[in-house]
Amino acid sequence: MSLNGKAYIVGAYEHPTRKADELSVVRLHADVAKGALEDAGLTKDDIDAYFCAGDAPGLGTTTMAEYLGLKLRHVDSTECGGSAPILHVAHAAAAIAAGRCNVALITLAGRPRAAGAALSLKAPDADAPELAFELPFGPATQNLYGMVAKRHMHEFGTTSEQLAWIKVAASHHAQHNPNAMLRNVVTVEEVVNSPMVSDPLHRLDCCVMSDGGGAIIVARPEIARDIAARQTRPMVKVRGTGEAPKHSMGGRIDLTYSAAACSGPAAFAEAGLSPADIQYASLYDSFTITVLMQLEDLGFCKKGEGGRFVQDGGLISGVGRLPFNTDGGGLCNNHPANRGGVTKIIEAVRQLRGEAHPAVQVKNCGLALANGIGGALASRHTAGTLIMERV
Amino acid sequence: MNTTQDKPARPAGPPAGPRKIPAPRVLPESQAFWSAADEGRLVIKKCNACGEVHHYPRDVCPHCLSLDTTWLQAAGTGSVYSFSTMGKGEAAYTLAFVTLDEGVTLMTNLVDCDPRTLAIGQRVKVVFKPSDGGHPVPMFTPA
Repeated sequence: MSLNGKAYIVGAYEHPTRKADELSVVRLHADVAKGALEDAGLTKDDIDAYFCAGDAPGLGTTTMAEYLGLKLRHVDSTECGGSAPILHVAHAAAAIAAGRCNVALITLAGRPRAAGAALSLKAPDADAPELAFELPFGPATQNLYGMVAKRHMHEFGTTSEQLAWIKVAASHHAQHNPNAMLRNVVTVEEVVNSPMVSDPLHRLDCCVMSDGGGAIIVARPEIARDIAARQTRPMVKVRGTGEAPKHSMGGRIDLTYSAAACSGPAAFAEAGLSPADIQYASLYDSFTITVLMQLEDLGFCKKGEGGRFVQDGGLISGVGRLPFNTDGGGLCNNHPANRGGVTKIIEAVRQLRGEAHPAVQVKNCGLALANGIGGALASRHTAGTLIMERV
Repeated sequence: MNTTQDKPARPAGPPAGPRKIPAPRVLPESQAFWSAADEGRLVIKKCNACGEVHHYPRDVCPHCLSLDTTWLQAAGTGSVYSFSTMGKGEAAYTLAFVTLDEGVTLMTNLVDCDPRTLAIGQRVKVVFKPSDGGHPVPMFTPA
Protein backbone atom coordinates (compact mmCIF):
# COMPACT_ATOMS: atom_id res chain seq x y z
CA MET A 1 0.00 0.00 0.00
CA SER A 2 1.35 3.40 -0.93
CA LEU A 3 1.62 5.90 1.92
CA ASN A 4 1.49 8.84 -0.51
CA GLY A 5 -1.07 11.25 0.95
CA LYS A 6 -2.14 8.94 3.77
CA ALA A 7 -0.81 11.26 6.49
CA TYR A 8 0.40 14.81 7.13
CA ILE A 9 2.93 16.39 9.45
CA VAL A 10 0.88 18.78 11.55
CA GLY A 11 3.30 19.66 14.33
CA ALA A 12 7.04 20.18 14.67
CA TYR A 13 9.19 21.59 17.43
CA GLU A 14 12.92 21.86 18.05
CA HIS A 15 14.25 22.35 21.57
CA PRO A 16 16.25 25.60 21.77
CA THR A 17 18.74 24.29 24.32
CA ARG A 18 22.14 23.01 23.31
CA LYS A 19 23.28 22.18 26.85
CA ALA A 20 20.68 20.87 29.27
CA ASP A 21 22.45 20.96 32.62
CA GLU A 22 19.27 21.07 34.68
CA LEU A 23 16.93 18.99 32.55
CA SER A 24 16.51 15.23 32.64
CA VAL A 25 16.26 13.21 29.44
CA VAL A 26 12.59 12.47 30.09
CA ARG A 27 11.93 16.18 30.69
CA LEU A 28 13.57 17.02 27.34
CA HIS A 29 11.28 14.51 25.61
CA ALA A 30 8.30 16.10 27.42
CA ASP A 31 9.41 19.62 26.46
CA VAL A 32 9.55 18.80 22.77
CA ALA A 33 6.26 16.89 22.94
CA LYS A 34 4.58 19.96 24.46
CA GLY A 35 6.19 22.21 21.88
CA ALA A 36 4.94 20.10 18.97
CA LEU A 37 1.43 19.89 20.46
CA GLU A 38 1.35 23.68 20.76
CA ASP A 39 2.60 24.03 17.18
CA ALA A 40 -0.23 21.77 16.00
CA GLY A 41 -2.84 23.37 18.26
CA LEU A 42 -3.65 19.98 19.75
CA THR A 43 -3.86 18.65 23.32
CA LYS A 44 -2.29 15.51 24.69
CA ASP A 45 -5.68 13.82 24.62
CA ASP A 46 -5.64 14.08 20.81
CA ILE A 47 -2.55 11.80 20.73
CA ASP A 48 -3.36 8.12 20.32
CA ALA A 49 0.00 6.84 19.04
CA TYR A 50 3.52 7.40 20.27
CA PHE A 51 6.91 6.68 18.70
CA CYS A 52 10.40 6.92 20.18
CA ALA A 53 13.75 5.12 19.89
CA GLY A 54 16.69 4.20 22.08
CA ASP A 55 17.36 7.77 23.20
CA ALA A 56 14.17 7.70 25.32
CA PRO A 57 14.72 6.60 28.92
CA GLY A 58 13.43 3.50 30.65
CA LEU A 59 11.04 1.40 28.62
CA GLY A 60 10.72 4.06 25.93
CA THR A 61 7.10 4.29 24.83
CA THR A 62 5.90 2.82 28.15
CA THR A 63 7.95 5.18 30.32
CA MET A 64 7.04 8.21 28.23
CA ALA A 65 3.33 7.32 28.09
CA GLU A 66 3.28 7.28 31.89
CA TYR A 67 5.31 10.50 32.30
CA LEU A 68 3.10 12.42 29.87
CA GLY A 69 -0.16 10.75 30.92
CA LEU A 70 -0.84 9.60 27.36
CA LYS A 71 -3.69 7.24 26.52
CA LEU A 72 -2.50 5.29 23.50
CA ARG A 73 -3.68 2.57 21.18
CA HIS A 74 -0.53 2.29 19.07
CA VAL A 75 3.18 2.38 20.02
CA ASP A 76 6.38 1.79 18.06
CA SER A 77 9.98 1.77 19.30
CA THR A 78 11.72 1.07 15.99
CA GLU A 79 15.38 1.63 16.85
CA CYS A 80 17.86 2.46 14.15
CA GLY A 81 19.92 5.22 15.73
CA GLY A 82 19.68 8.73 14.37
CA SER A 83 17.48 7.85 11.41
CA ALA A 84 14.71 6.50 13.67
CA PRO A 85 12.36 9.54 13.59
CA ILE A 86 12.34 9.46 9.79
CA LEU A 87 11.24 5.84 9.87
CA HIS A 88 8.78 6.71 12.63
CA VAL A 89 7.00 9.18 10.32
CA ALA A 90 6.59 6.43 7.73
CA HIS A 91 5.45 3.92 10.33
CA ALA A 92 3.00 6.46 11.75
CA ALA A 93 1.59 7.06 8.26
CA ALA A 94 1.21 3.30 7.80
CA ALA A 95 -0.53 2.94 11.16
CA ILE A 96 -2.89 5.82 10.30
CA ALA A 97 -3.61 4.27 6.89
CA ALA A 98 -4.38 0.97 8.59
CA GLY A 99 -6.85 2.65 10.93
CA ARG A 100 -4.81 1.93 14.04
CA CYS A 101 -4.49 5.57 15.15
CA ASN A 102 -5.34 9.15 14.22
CA VAL A 103 -2.59 11.36 15.64
CA ALA A 104 0.96 10.14 16.30
CA LEU A 105 3.60 11.85 18.43
CA ILE A 106 7.30 11.23 17.71
CA THR A 107 10.01 12.46 20.08
CA LEU A 108 13.80 12.41 20.17
CA ALA A 109 15.86 14.03 22.93
CA GLY A 110 18.98 13.61 25.01
CA ARG A 111 21.74 15.31 26.96
CA PRO A 112 25.07 13.70 26.01
CA ARG A 113 26.85 17.05 26.26
CA ALA A 114 25.71 17.85 29.79
CA ALA A 115 26.39 14.25 30.80
CA GLY A 116 29.92 14.53 29.41
CA ALA A 117 29.41 11.34 27.47
CA ALA A 118 32.04 10.42 24.96
CA LEU A 119 31.07 10.45 21.32
CA SER A 120 30.66 6.72 21.33
CA LEU A 121 27.97 4.25 20.50
CA LYS A 122 25.83 2.69 23.21
CA ALA A 123 27.41 0.22 25.65
CA PRO A 124 27.94 -2.99 23.68
CA ASP A 125 25.47 -5.82 23.97
CA ALA A 126 27.56 -8.81 25.00
CA ASP A 127 25.42 -11.14 22.88
CA ALA A 128 25.97 -9.18 19.65
CA PRO A 129 28.13 -11.62 17.65
CA GLU A 130 29.90 -9.00 15.52
CA LEU A 131 31.43 -7.14 18.45
CA ALA A 132 34.19 -9.69 19.15
CA PHE A 133 35.38 -9.07 15.60
CA GLU A 134 35.26 -5.27 15.84
CA LEU A 135 35.75 -3.93 19.39
CA PRO A 136 39.36 -5.17 19.75
CA PHE A 137 40.30 -2.88 16.86
CA GLY A 138 38.91 0.35 18.33
CA PRO A 139 36.12 1.35 15.94
CA ALA A 140 34.79 4.82 16.78
CA THR A 141 32.38 6.98 14.85
CA GLN A 142 35.23 9.15 13.59
CA ASN A 143 37.48 6.42 12.18
CA LEU A 144 34.60 4.42 10.70
CA TYR A 145 33.56 7.47 8.67
CA GLY A 146 37.22 8.24 8.02
CA MET A 147 37.53 4.89 6.23
CA VAL A 148 34.52 5.72 4.06
CA ALA A 149 36.00 9.10 3.14
CA LYS A 150 39.38 7.59 2.33
CA ARG A 151 37.86 4.92 0.10
CA HIS A 152 35.72 7.55 -1.68
CA MET A 153 38.82 9.63 -2.35
CA HIS A 154 40.62 6.54 -3.65
CA GLU A 155 37.80 5.44 -5.96
CA PHE A 156 36.60 8.77 -7.26
CA GLY A 157 39.33 11.34 -6.65
CA THR A 158 37.24 13.25 -4.11
CA THR A 159 39.33 15.82 -2.24
CA SER A 160 39.37 17.23 1.29
CA GLU A 161 38.64 20.63 -0.22
CA GLN A 162 35.46 19.30 -1.83
CA LEU A 163 34.30 17.76 1.47
CA ALA A 164 35.06 21.09 3.16
CA TRP A 165 32.53 22.85 0.90
CA ILE A 166 29.79 20.92 2.73
CA LYS A 167 30.84 22.51 6.04
CA VAL A 168 31.19 25.89 4.36
CA ALA A 169 27.59 25.68 3.10
CA ALA A 170 26.29 24.61 6.54
CA SER A 171 28.14 27.51 8.16
CA HIS A 172 26.64 29.98 5.67
CA HIS A 173 23.21 28.83 6.82
CA ALA A 174 24.05 28.65 10.54
CA GLN A 175 25.05 32.33 10.70
CA HIS A 176 21.32 33.14 10.53
CA ASN A 177 20.30 30.69 13.29
CA PRO A 178 20.58 32.28 16.75
CA ASN A 179 20.45 28.83 18.38
CA ALA A 180 23.24 27.29 16.30
CA MET A 181 26.32 26.17 18.24
CA LEU A 182 28.70 27.30 15.49
CA ARG A 183 27.68 30.56 13.81
CA ASN A 184 30.94 31.61 12.21
CA VAL A 185 31.11 31.36 8.44
CA VAL A 186 34.15 29.20 7.69
CA THR A 187 36.28 28.85 4.58
CA VAL A 188 37.53 25.75 2.80
CA GLU A 189 41.00 26.60 4.06
CA GLU A 190 39.81 26.76 7.66
CA VAL A 191 38.21 23.32 7.35
CA VAL A 192 41.21 21.57 5.79
CA ASN A 193 43.60 23.32 8.19
CA SER A 194 41.62 22.34 11.30
CA PRO A 195 43.19 19.53 13.37
CA MET A 196 43.00 16.02 11.92
CA VAL A 197 40.56 13.88 13.90
CA SER A 198 40.74 10.62 12.00
CA ASP A 199 42.28 10.92 8.59
CA PRO A 200 41.17 12.22 6.18
CA LEU A 201 38.46 13.87 8.35
CA HIS A 202 39.35 17.12 10.12
CA ARG A 203 37.67 18.59 13.18
CA LEU A 204 35.50 20.82 11.02
CA ASP A 205 34.37 17.81 8.97
CA CYS A 206 32.60 16.57 12.12
CA CYS A 207 29.20 17.50 13.56
CA VAL A 208 28.73 19.27 16.87
CA MET A 209 27.75 17.44 20.04
CA SER A 210 24.68 18.90 21.69
CA ASP A 211 21.81 18.33 24.04
CA GLY A 212 18.22 19.01 23.08
CA GLY A 213 15.77 17.26 20.83
CA GLY A 214 12.71 17.62 18.70
CA ALA A 215 9.22 16.28 18.13
CA ILE A 216 6.92 15.67 15.18
CA ILE A 217 3.17 15.10 15.08
CA VAL A 218 1.67 13.09 12.22
CA ALA A 219 -2.09 13.05 11.61
CA ARG A 220 -4.64 11.62 9.24
CA PRO A 221 -5.67 13.92 6.34
CA GLU A 222 -9.05 15.07 7.73
CA ILE A 223 -7.44 16.18 11.00
CA ALA A 224 -4.60 17.87 9.10
CA ARG A 225 -7.14 19.85 7.05
CA ASP A 226 -8.91 21.06 10.22
CA ILE A 227 -5.60 22.14 11.74
CA ALA A 228 -4.45 23.90 8.56
CA ALA A 229 -7.72 25.82 8.39
CA ARG A 230 -7.33 26.97 12.00
CA GLN A 231 -3.65 27.84 11.64
CA THR A 232 -4.00 29.37 8.14
CA ARG A 233 -0.80 27.77 6.95
CA PRO A 234 0.11 25.20 4.31
CA MET A 235 -0.20 21.50 5.05
CA VAL A 236 2.81 19.17 4.84
CA LYS A 237 1.90 15.92 3.13
CA VAL A 238 3.84 12.67 3.51
CA ARG A 239 4.43 11.91 -0.14
CA GLY A 240 7.07 9.16 -0.21
CA THR A 241 8.98 6.98 2.26
CA GLY A 242 11.73 4.40 2.15
CA GLU A 243 13.92 2.51 4.57
CA ALA A 244 16.74 -0.01 4.36
CA PRO A 245 19.59 -1.37 6.45
CA LYS A 246 23.11 -2.01 5.15
CA HIS A 247 25.67 -4.17 6.96
CA SER A 248 28.86 -6.07 6.30
CA MET A 249 27.09 -8.80 4.27
CA GLY A 250 29.21 -11.58 5.65
CA GLY A 251 32.41 -9.74 4.75
CA ARG A 252 31.41 -8.42 1.31
CA ILE A 253 32.17 -4.88 2.37
CA ASP A 254 31.72 -2.09 -0.16
CA LEU A 255 32.11 1.39 1.29
CA THR A 256 31.22 3.20 -1.93
CA TYR A 257 27.51 3.41 -1.19
CA SER A 258 25.09 3.77 1.74
CA ALA A 259 21.68 2.28 2.45
CA ALA A 260 20.19 5.48 1.01
CA ALA A 261 20.86 3.85 -2.38
CA CYS A 262 17.94 1.56 -1.44
CA SER A 263 15.72 3.79 0.72
CA GLY A 264 15.91 6.73 -1.71
CA PRO A 265 14.56 5.01 -4.85
CA ALA A 266 11.75 3.47 -2.76
CA ALA A 267 10.73 6.92 -1.49
CA PHE A 268 10.92 8.50 -4.95
CA ALA A 269 8.85 5.66 -6.42
CA GLU A 270 6.16 6.04 -3.76
CA ALA A 271 6.14 9.80 -4.28
CA GLY A 272 6.09 9.49 -8.08
CA LEU A 273 8.97 11.96 -8.22
CA SER A 274 12.62 12.12 -9.21
CA PRO A 275 15.54 13.84 -7.45
CA ALA A 276 15.32 16.75 -9.91
CA ASP A 277 11.89 17.62 -8.42
CA ILE A 278 13.29 18.20 -4.91
CA GLN A 279 13.77 21.87 -4.00
CA TYR A 280 15.28 21.43 -0.53
CA ALA A 281 17.15 18.51 1.08
CA SER A 282 17.73 17.80 4.76
CA LEU A 283 20.64 15.36 4.75
CA TYR A 284 22.02 13.66 7.83
CA ASP A 285 25.36 15.34 8.42
CA SER A 286 27.24 13.49 11.11
CA PHE A 287 30.29 14.20 8.94
CA THR A 288 30.83 15.96 5.63
CA ILE A 289 31.35 12.56 3.94
CA THR A 290 27.90 11.45 5.16
CA VAL A 291 26.30 14.25 3.13
CA LEU A 292 28.36 13.48 0.04
CA MET A 293 27.35 9.80 0.13
CA GLN A 294 23.65 10.65 0.44
CA LEU A 295 23.75 13.14 -2.43
CA GLU A 296 25.08 10.41 -4.70
CA ASP A 297 22.99 7.54 -3.32
CA LEU A 298 19.74 9.52 -3.44
CA GLY A 299 20.43 10.36 -7.08
CA PHE A 300 21.05 14.10 -6.83
CA CYS A 301 24.23 13.40 -8.81
CA LYS A 302 25.97 10.38 -10.25
CA LYS A 303 28.07 8.11 -8.04
CA GLY A 304 31.51 9.61 -7.64
CA GLU A 305 30.44 13.10 -8.69
CA GLY A 306 29.44 14.32 -5.22
CA GLY A 307 32.65 16.29 -4.82
CA ARG A 308 31.96 18.35 -7.92
CA PHE A 309 28.31 18.71 -6.91
CA VAL A 310 29.10 20.35 -3.56
CA GLN A 311 32.10 22.48 -4.47
CA ASP A 312 31.93 26.23 -5.12
CA GLY A 313 28.84 26.61 -2.93
CA GLY A 314 26.71 23.91 -4.55
CA LEU A 315 24.69 23.43 -1.34
CA ILE A 316 24.29 27.07 -0.26
CA SER A 317 20.67 28.27 -0.28
CA GLY A 318 20.05 30.93 -2.90
CA VAL A 319 23.36 30.26 -4.59
CA GLY A 320 23.81 26.55 -5.15
CA ARG A 321 22.05 23.85 -7.11
CA LEU A 322 20.52 22.13 -4.05
CA PRO A 323 19.99 24.02 -0.77
CA PHE A 324 20.58 21.70 2.16
CA ASN A 325 20.37 21.90 5.97
CA THR A 326 19.35 25.54 6.08
CA ASP A 327 19.32 25.56 9.92
CA GLY A 328 23.05 24.79 9.93
CA GLY A 329 22.42 21.07 10.41
CA GLY A 330 24.44 18.80 12.63
CA LEU A 331 27.66 20.28 11.29
CA CYS A 332 26.92 23.71 12.82
CA ASN A 333 23.55 23.84 14.60
CA ASN A 334 22.84 20.82 16.79
CA HIS A 335 22.94 17.04 16.99
CA PRO A 336 20.77 16.19 20.00
CA ALA A 337 21.47 12.85 21.68
CA ASN A 338 24.08 12.22 18.96
CA ARG A 339 21.08 11.63 16.68
CA GLY A 340 20.21 14.10 13.95
CA GLY A 341 17.11 12.56 12.40
CA VAL A 342 14.37 14.65 13.94
CA THR A 343 16.02 17.99 13.24
CA LYS A 344 16.22 17.00 9.57
CA ILE A 345 12.42 16.65 9.43
CA ILE A 346 11.84 19.88 11.38
CA GLU A 347 13.85 22.12 9.04
CA ALA A 348 12.18 20.50 6.00
CA VAL A 349 8.78 21.32 7.55
CA ARG A 350 9.89 24.91 8.14
CA GLN A 351 10.96 25.18 4.50
CA LEU A 352 7.65 23.81 3.21
CA ARG A 353 5.65 26.14 5.48
CA GLY A 354 7.82 29.10 4.47
CA GLU A 355 8.95 29.46 8.10
CA ALA A 356 12.70 29.11 7.60
CA HIS A 357 14.90 32.17 8.19
CA PRO A 358 14.32 34.61 5.28
CA ALA A 359 18.01 34.53 4.41
CA VAL A 360 17.88 30.79 3.74
CA GLN A 361 14.21 30.23 2.83
CA VAL A 362 13.87 28.49 -0.53
CA LYS A 363 11.41 30.41 -2.72
CA ASN A 364 8.11 28.57 -3.25
CA CYS A 365 9.46 25.43 -1.64
CA GLY A 366 6.93 22.78 -2.59
CA LEU A 367 8.88 19.52 -2.31
CA ALA A 368 11.46 18.65 0.32
CA LEU A 369 13.37 15.53 1.25
CA ALA A 370 14.77 14.39 4.58
CA ASN A 371 17.22 11.52 4.78
CA GLY A 372 18.74 9.86 7.82
CA ILE A 373 21.70 7.53 8.31
CA GLY A 374 21.47 5.78 11.70
CA GLY A 375 24.40 3.72 12.91
CA ALA A 376 27.75 3.98 11.13
CA LEU A 377 28.41 4.13 7.41
CA ALA A 378 31.40 1.79 7.42
CA SER A 379 29.96 -1.02 9.53
CA ARG A 380 26.17 -1.10 9.75
CA HIS A 381 23.42 1.46 9.51
CA THR A 382 19.82 2.00 8.50
CA ALA A 383 18.77 4.74 6.10
CA GLY A 384 15.37 6.38 6.09
CA THR A 385 14.10 8.68 3.34
CA LEU A 386 11.05 10.92 3.63
CA ILE A 387 9.67 13.10 0.84
CA MET A 388 7.23 15.81 1.87
CA GLU A 389 5.01 18.13 -0.14
CA ARG A 390 3.47 21.51 0.67
CA VAL A 391 -0.26 21.39 -0.04
CA MET B 1 45.10 27.59 51.54
CA ASN B 2 46.31 26.30 48.23
CA THR B 3 43.74 27.57 45.74
CA THR B 4 44.66 24.96 43.17
CA GLN B 5 43.23 22.33 45.51
CA ASP B 6 39.83 24.00 45.31
CA LYS B 7 39.55 23.39 41.61
CA PRO B 8 37.60 20.35 40.49
CA ALA B 9 39.62 17.35 39.45
CA ARG B 10 40.86 17.60 35.90
CA PRO B 11 39.25 15.30 33.39
CA ALA B 12 41.41 12.34 32.50
CA GLY B 13 43.91 13.22 29.77
CA PRO B 14 44.61 11.15 26.73
CA PRO B 15 46.03 7.69 27.45
CA ALA B 16 49.76 7.82 28.13
CA GLY B 17 50.67 4.63 26.31
CA PRO B 18 49.51 2.55 23.38
CA ARG B 19 45.80 1.75 23.16
CA LYS B 20 44.82 -1.33 25.16
CA ILE B 21 43.29 -4.02 22.97
CA PRO B 22 39.97 -5.14 24.54
CA ALA B 23 39.67 -8.91 24.87
CA PRO B 24 37.16 -10.38 22.41
CA ARG B 25 34.09 -11.91 24.04
CA VAL B 26 33.88 -15.45 22.73
CA LEU B 27 30.51 -16.87 21.77
CA PRO B 28 30.23 -20.65 21.31
CA GLU B 29 29.97 -20.49 17.53
CA SER B 30 33.20 -18.48 17.26
CA GLN B 31 35.27 -20.49 19.77
CA ALA B 32 37.20 -22.28 17.01
CA PHE B 33 38.28 -18.93 15.54
CA TRP B 34 39.84 -17.86 18.84
CA SER B 35 41.37 -21.29 19.52
CA ALA B 36 43.08 -21.01 16.12
CA ALA B 37 44.20 -17.48 17.01
CA ASP B 38 45.87 -18.94 20.13
CA GLU B 39 47.97 -20.99 17.70
CA GLY B 40 48.68 -17.99 15.44
CA ARG B 41 46.34 -19.27 12.71
CA LEU B 42 43.69 -17.21 10.88
CA VAL B 43 40.56 -19.14 9.94
CA ILE B 44 37.36 -18.11 8.17
CA LYS B 45 34.04 -19.81 7.62
CA LYS B 46 33.05 -21.54 4.37
CA CYS B 47 29.59 -22.85 3.46
CA ASN B 48 29.46 -26.38 2.04
CA ALA B 49 26.03 -25.72 0.54
CA CYS B 50 26.68 -22.58 -1.51
CA GLY B 51 30.49 -22.60 -1.50
CA GLU B 52 30.79 -19.00 -0.29
CA VAL B 53 33.11 -17.80 2.47
CA HIS B 54 32.00 -15.37 5.15
CA HIS B 55 33.26 -13.29 8.08
CA TYR B 56 32.56 -12.74 10.99
CA PRO B 57 32.19 -16.47 11.50
CA ARG B 58 28.81 -17.93 12.38
CA ASP B 59 27.02 -21.28 12.38
CA VAL B 60 24.52 -20.12 9.78
CA CYS B 61 25.75 -19.11 6.33
CA PRO B 62 24.68 -15.46 5.80
CA HIS B 63 24.53 -16.06 2.05
CA CYS B 64 22.12 -19.05 1.98
CA LEU B 65 21.19 -19.80 5.63
CA SER B 66 22.60 -23.32 5.45
CA LEU B 67 23.86 -24.77 8.74
CA ASP B 68 26.45 -26.81 6.82
CA THR B 69 29.40 -24.47 7.39
CA THR B 70 33.00 -25.40 8.02
CA TRP B 71 36.28 -23.75 9.03
CA LEU B 72 38.85 -22.88 6.38
CA GLN B 73 42.49 -22.05 7.00
CA ALA B 74 43.21 -18.62 5.48
CA ALA B 75 46.55 -17.83 3.89
CA GLY B 76 46.81 -14.77 6.13
CA THR B 77 47.54 -12.42 3.26
CA GLY B 78 45.43 -9.76 1.60
CA SER B 79 45.23 -6.13 0.62
CA VAL B 80 44.17 -2.93 2.35
CA TYR B 81 40.60 -1.91 1.43
CA SER B 82 40.54 1.28 3.54
CA PHE B 83 42.04 2.66 6.74
CA SER B 84 41.98 5.67 9.05
CA THR B 85 44.43 6.73 11.75
CA MET B 86 43.08 8.34 14.92
CA GLY B 87 44.77 9.59 18.09
CA LYS B 88 48.08 11.15 18.91
CA GLY B 89 51.53 9.89 19.84
CA GLU B 90 51.70 6.41 21.30
CA ALA B 91 47.90 6.26 21.57
CA ALA B 92 47.47 6.61 17.79
CA TYR B 93 46.16 3.55 16.00
CA THR B 94 44.97 2.68 12.52
CA LEU B 95 41.55 1.07 11.98
CA ALA B 96 41.31 -0.75 8.67
CA PHE B 97 39.39 -3.09 6.44
CA VAL B 98 41.60 -5.75 4.86
CA THR B 99 40.36 -7.96 2.02
CA LEU B 100 41.78 -11.45 2.44
CA ASP B 101 42.90 -13.38 -0.63
CA GLU B 102 40.01 -15.78 0.10
CA GLY B 103 37.59 -12.92 -0.65
CA VAL B 104 36.20 -11.68 2.66
CA THR B 105 36.90 -8.23 4.07
CA LEU B 106 37.44 -7.91 7.81
CA MET B 107 37.86 -5.10 10.31
CA THR B 108 41.35 -4.98 11.81
CA ASN B 109 44.26 -2.72 12.69
CA LEU B 110 47.34 -1.99 10.61
CA VAL B 111 50.35 -2.24 12.92
CA ASP B 112 54.15 -2.22 13.08
CA CYS B 113 54.42 0.43 10.39
CA ASP B 114 54.31 4.20 9.88
CA PRO B 115 50.64 4.97 9.02
CA ARG B 116 51.80 7.79 6.74
CA THR B 117 53.37 5.21 4.41
CA LEU B 118 50.19 3.11 4.06
CA ALA B 119 48.08 3.00 0.90
CA ILE B 120 44.82 1.42 -0.23
CA GLY B 121 45.58 -1.71 -2.23
CA GLN B 122 48.83 -2.37 -0.37
CA ARG B 123 49.66 -6.03 0.32
CA VAL B 124 49.55 -7.02 3.99
CA LYS B 125 49.98 -10.15 6.11
CA VAL B 126 48.45 -11.20 9.41
CA VAL B 127 50.18 -10.86 12.77
CA PHE B 128 48.49 -11.77 16.03
CA LYS B 129 48.65 -9.26 18.87
CA PRO B 130 47.82 -9.99 22.53
CA SER B 131 44.56 -8.57 23.87
CA ASP B 132 44.00 -7.36 27.41
CA GLY B 133 43.53 -10.67 29.23
CA GLY B 134 41.99 -12.61 26.36
CA HIS B 135 42.72 -14.35 23.08
CA PRO B 136 45.19 -12.74 20.64
CA VAL B 137 43.56 -10.84 17.78
CA PRO B 138 44.48 -10.76 14.07
CA MET B 139 46.06 -7.54 12.86
CA PHE B 140 47.95 -6.81 9.65
CA THR B 141 51.31 -5.40 8.70
CA PRO B 142 52.85 -4.58 5.29
CA ALA B 143 53.83 -7.84 3.54
